[in-house]
Amino acid sequence: MIKVLFFAKLSEQLGCRELQVDATAVENTDQLFQYLIEQKAEWSSILTSQFCLKAVNQAMVNNNVLLKDGDEVAYFPPVTGG
Amino acid sequence: MISVQEQDFNQQEEYDRLKCKTSVGAIVTFTGLVRDINNGQSVSDLSLEHYPGMTEKCLIDIVAQAKQRWNIIESTVIHRVGHLAISDQIVFVGIASQHRGDAFSACEFIMDYLKTQAPFWKKETMSDGQTQWVDAREVDQDALSKWAVK
Repeated sequence: MIKVLFFAKLSEQLGCRELQVDATAVENTDQLFQYLIEQKAEWSSILTSQFCLKAVNQAMVNNNVLLKDGDEVAYFPPVTGG
Repeated sequence: MISVQEQDFNQQEEYDRLKCKTSVGAIVTFTGLVRDINNGQSVSDLSLEHYPGMTEKCLIDIVAQAKQRWNIIESTVIHRVGHLAISDQIVFVGIASQHRGDAFSACEFIMDYLKTQAPFWKKETMSDGQTQWVDAREVDQDALSKWAVK
């Protein structure tokens, strides 16, 4: 399984904090995005916003990244700590 | 020392920890507090969400970068999460080094990186009871540019 996490404003907009996706259903982060918006079309604009950042296994990524069973993908808005 | 925690921290204890070696000649500390006003609006309290695991990795990485650039003897980064009231302490960065230049620079560098890289998010409750997520600010991104390796 691939663990998908959403944080802060993004999780409120989506109404979801965490879900699991079968690792055989997606090979990379682009396919994961397609998979997510097939389940919930209304998520598309939120997840494609310039204010949506992405991390794979707790490291920020910009491009398409290969995924394997046990990986963790997170979507979140620009950070505002400090 | 790096810590992401709900509980408050004590300035004297953190200072004493930084002062532990006799080679230390300079200590610079920064403390961030909860303000009662943001963008002209009155704030009544704050909650801080974070990404457990990634946050700690990110802070470790930021401190490691600082240690490559400056002579640091001891360092402390503490960031609080959860519910915070006005004037509560949010974040502490303390640097101990032989000379002040390294300590000043490393402390500012760590704060500038923390504010734009570490996965924390602030949500404010305004005085009228409305809540709003704090937006990232361009000035924080701009602050990073001065640390670019030339």
